Amino acid sequence: VQQKPPDVSSGFSRREFLRGVGASSAATALLTAGMPDDVEAADFTRPVGPGEIQFSLSINGRDQNLSVEPRTTLLDALRNRLDLTGAKKVCDRGTCGACTVIKDGRAIYSCTALAIDVVGSKITTVEGLGTPEKLSPVQAAFVHHDGQQCGFCTPGFVVACTAMLKQHSSPTPEQVRLGLGGNLCRCGTYAGIKDAIVEAGKMVSNGRHGDVGGAT
Amino acid sequence: MTSINWPARDKLKVIGTRLDRLDGPAKSSGAAKYSLDIQRPGLLYGKILGSPIAAGTLKSLDTKAAEALKGVAVVHVMTDPGKPINWAGQEIVAIAAETEEIAVEAIRLVKAEYERTQPQVDDTNLEKAEGRPRTRTDGDPEKAFSEAAATVSGKYSVAMITHCCLEPHGQVSEFRDGSLQVWPSTQNVSGYAGQLTQSSGLEANKIQIDCQYMGGGFGSKFGPGSWGNACVALAKKAGKPVKMLLDRDLELMIAGNRPSAHAEVKIGADKDGKVTAWDSKVWGTGGMGNYGAPPLPYVFAFTNRSTFSNGIRTNRGPAQAWRAPGHPQGCAITMAAMEDLAAKLGIDALEFYLKNLEFAPEALRDTYREELNVAADLIDYKRKAHPRGDKTKGPIKRGLGISLHTWGGQGHNSACDVTINPDGSVIAAIGTQDLGVGTRTCVGMVVAESLGLPLEAVQVHIGKNAYPASGGSGGSTTIGGISSSSRRAAIAALDELLKKVADELKISPEKLEAAEGKIREIDNPQKSIAWKDACKLLGQMSITQQGRHAAAAKTELTGSGVGGVQIADVSVDIETGLVTMNEMLAVQDCGLIINLKLAESQVYGALIMGVTYALFEETVYDGQTGRMLNPDMEFYRLATLPDVGKLRVHMMTGKKYDEQGVIGLGEPPVISPGAAISNAVANAIGVRVPHLPLTPDRVLAALENAEART
Repeated sequence: VQQKPPDVSSGFSRREFLRGVGASSAATALLTAGMPDDVEAADFTRPVGPGEIQFSLSINGRDQNLSVEPRTTLLDALRNRLDLTGAKKVCDRGTCGACTVIKDGRAIYSCTALAIDVVGSKITTVEGLGTPEKLSPVQAAFVHHDGQQCGFCTPGFVVACTAMLKQHSSPTPEQVRLGLGGNLCRCGTYAGIKDAIVEAGKMVSNGRHGDVGGAT
Repeated sequence: MTSINWPARDKLKVIGTRLDRLDGPAKSSGAAKYSLDIQRPGLLYGKILGSPIAAGTLKSLDTKAAEALKGVAVVHVMTDPGKPINWAGQEIVAIAAETEEIAVEAIRLVKAEYERTQPQVDDTNLEKAEGRPRTRTDGDPEKAFSEAAATVSGKYSVAMITHCCLEPHGQVSEFRDGSLQVWPSTQNVSGYAGQLTQSSGLEANKIQIDCQYMGGGFGSKFGPGSWGNACVALAKKAGKPVKMLLDRDLELMIAGNRPSAHAEVKIGADKDGKVTAWDSKVWGTGGMGNYGAPPLPYVFAFTNRSTFSNGIRTNRGPAQAWRAPGHPQGCAITMAAMEDLAAKLGIDALEFYLKNLEFAPEALRDTYREELNVAADLIDYKRKAHPRGDKTKGPIKRGLGISLHTWGGQGHNSACDVTINPDGSVIAAIGTQDLGVGTRTCVGMVVAESLGLPLEAVQVHIGKNAYPASGGSGGSTTIGGISSSSRRAAIAALDELLKKVADELKISPEKLEAAEGKIREIDNPQKSIAWKDACKLLGQMSITQQGRHAAAAKTELTGSGVGGVQIADVSVDIETGLVTMNEMLAVQDCGLIINLKLAESQVYGALIMGVTYALFEETVYDGQTGRMLNPDMEFYRLATLPDVGKLRVHMMTGKKYDEQGVIGLGEPPVISPGAAISNAVANAIGVRVPHLPLTPDRVLAALENAEART
């Protein structure tokens, strides 16, 4: 049964959610799953779950209804529920960057965010940047400079590069080293990636290819 | 009949160019679906409980609470109570549930009791070796040592590392209509189904394999493993598709390791710097299985030599082939001993290697000489090189190190179908796999070249066992196998087409060739017919021809036996022990290169993997509990982009190399980095850091030991 997603686009924040958890931690009673009021609790001042709850996330410019347990990470929600599998689960501990997505203009590791934690945020995944037929400047530069081998880390790098170019459209080598140090590759594609981000930056700066892509 | 041989270099239009990889857009856009990404209706998520103890017995197992959890579908016991536990992470039970979250929770609800015995994870003490040692003596090393002008004795070691594939091992399994569909992450598409017959109860011809993209294998993904078979068992029991890929901790503990190596080496030379004697003892561990000792001495077969090797069984997860099995360890040990001896003799390392090339395989001596000289030029060796120990003031010391390596790389058995359709479209179908090295692209390039077409005119189908069987991707055998089979298939199909065209033009087919998108007369290229029009002559019937490559060291299309030289340039802070990569240079040959850009990519990648095992990665085991202490990606450290410094790759090309035919490239460039970087650090700080990886604590300890000795 599809329930109306809660309107939590305003006034909901991680801090308030955590405060809610803290305030009620003295009470042992948890709401049972599937009750209508768990989704109407727009302020989430009471703990939710266990069991699935329903809410909506803004992903790649579209509102997506989700029904997942509160413990579900953003990464698992994207991959297992929305078939957005570009973000990869590799370390699942906020180390490798393969699950990088853009949240409100900034790159984050989606394995370290709970799905319910990003309600109200604008999320962009690698699929929101371009398609094989219409690649974003960063995606095209990765192909041209062969900044990919097995390709498993590639979407994370593409998203990290995109977020970085939004802040530094012509990154210095030092900025590239710092900005991309949070993503890991095993095949060893760093040489191509370094060239790719420089070229993508030029493409964007020249204005020939429009925006670097991704919602802000 | 069109010649099977590769066209001369000046006739090549596609082969040897720097085309983008065919699947680049799918990968960089996130559209590529890996095993981990496969979604199926009703999919269940599988998880495995790994043993928390490293040695002992599983006393009891109670899965009732897990089974009772809402959303849990099926449970499959992988170790029965009463059975031994041989390493931490050993698979105890597998559970499939409706969501990943529930599967994780269910694993926590399993009650397993163990009887623990003292684990043995130490691989440093040779006295713990139980196997029979292998020994060999050539010439008279004892006499040679007694006559040597200089000898050095050293201890060198290389830590156990893992493959750490970013996509973990595993698969998705689905039974339907009496057959089994499997989406595995594998480097062995054509050989995978036969390894699932027992767990599925089906014949291999009822098992369909599909692996379009896989997230790294490096030698560890030839079979389904216990987890793949458990996935099949769960899917069978549940009657629903199951996804089972290892979590990162299990991936690092049980999915494969590269065995460690500890060596004691004595090496002697005459006063001119020619090595006259070698003696080595090497031991290490790959877990509970037999130990594959590294080849020693490596590359150089010194006249007088004695060697000893033995393995130590440890309660660590099992070994798997890791790029160039044994070679990186053998190389690190040999080249370190070589440069230590050169330093003692006061001979420049480059000169020392050149002096001793007579001990390298005869077929490679000229190649090594050429590559050493090219490498020296590229890195400006003459200006930068200095005797051991950077004498400049301050804590930052800089140094260069050299290494040589070799690998075979002959093509594996391979079959490929090429179809030419009446509408002019072309399909190459081959049961191979693309591990990220560009196999898909290379098949397309060979077929395109052979048919005189651009790459985009060829549709390449790989990754299914429904296609003609092609070998697993191991030992740098893929490119030789697939380039030969696809060339043979394309030429056979083309010859059929040429017959049709020849009939039409009333000319002998021998006088025709395919080039520039046309079928044309060889002696009169203006007389031609466009490819599409030629294909229309086929009427309604497509042409399909199969090409086969049978593994052999040398065929008219392929070869084996490559060299390769690398030089590392490092800076070492002797106050912190931190090693910084300034530059890593690879000079590599691999016969005729199909795609220069992809070949370079693979060498760049090998350098980065090499920096990683030289400076950062190792499995750390706790002697008391026997557990791996760093089964995650924070403390099992891979090099990041800022760690690798400047990288340079120079591929050897030209007539001599073209004439060798196509040779594999996966293994050779990953062999030397450890040796070259270790030598560079020794050259910088004046003392040998004996153990890889060269972590700051080990660098400082080596410096301290040297001070204590003086």
